[in-house]
Amino acid sequence: MIKSELVQRIAAQNPHLYQRDIENIVNTILDTIAGAMASGDRVELRGFGAFSVKSRPARIGRNPRTGEKVEVEEKHVPFFKTGKEMRERLNAG
Amino acid sequence: MGGKTVTRADLCEAVYQNVGLSRTESAELVEAVLREISDCLVSGESVKLSSFGTFNVRSKTERIGRNPKTGEEVPILPRRVLVFKPSNVLKDHVNGITGSEAAGEDD
Repeated sequence: MIKSELVQRIAAQNPHLYQRDIENIVNTILDTIAGAMASGDRVELRGFGAFSVKSRPARIGRNPRTGEKVEVEEKHVPFFKTGKEMRERLNAG
Repeated sequence: MGGKTVTRADLCEAVYQNVGLSRTESAELVEAVLREISDCLVSGESVKLSSFGTFNVRSKTERIGRNPKTGEEVPILPRRVLVFKPSNVLKDHVNGITGSEAAGEDD
């Protein structure tokens, strides 16, 4: 399922709303999650999962082609941990 | 750097502020979106949200694990796990790189 299909499915369940409102809702949810992670916050959605940011320390990397050493700066990566209920639903039955 | 925890209530508030629906309806719609994504994943289908990331369901085979406390061997049964692959846009965003600076393409 891609974002536009998600919007269509929600729109089908809510015939009183405009499709552009649903798009706006989906984008607001995703932007809020992304924005929180960008400011280093954690997003916890019970039953679904939690988004957080992990930090990767600076390290000396190597250019695999030339073997040359390069400094890689500290960076942050988005991380998702599946929620308990979601994990159970994936393995029910 | 942050340290706050953002919850459903914050998502509902953001939807309420942005979309112009009632608080009750905003909360229902946030729930509907999460439910639709969850149901889709439980059915085994992946969910791809452009400029955010992709959720995939992966099937794991049985393997032998060990209780780290007792050293006892226990079988880890076959199971399904959910993995999230962040998009390049989200990765850049988390590193403080905004749209115009981002050199890489996104899926």
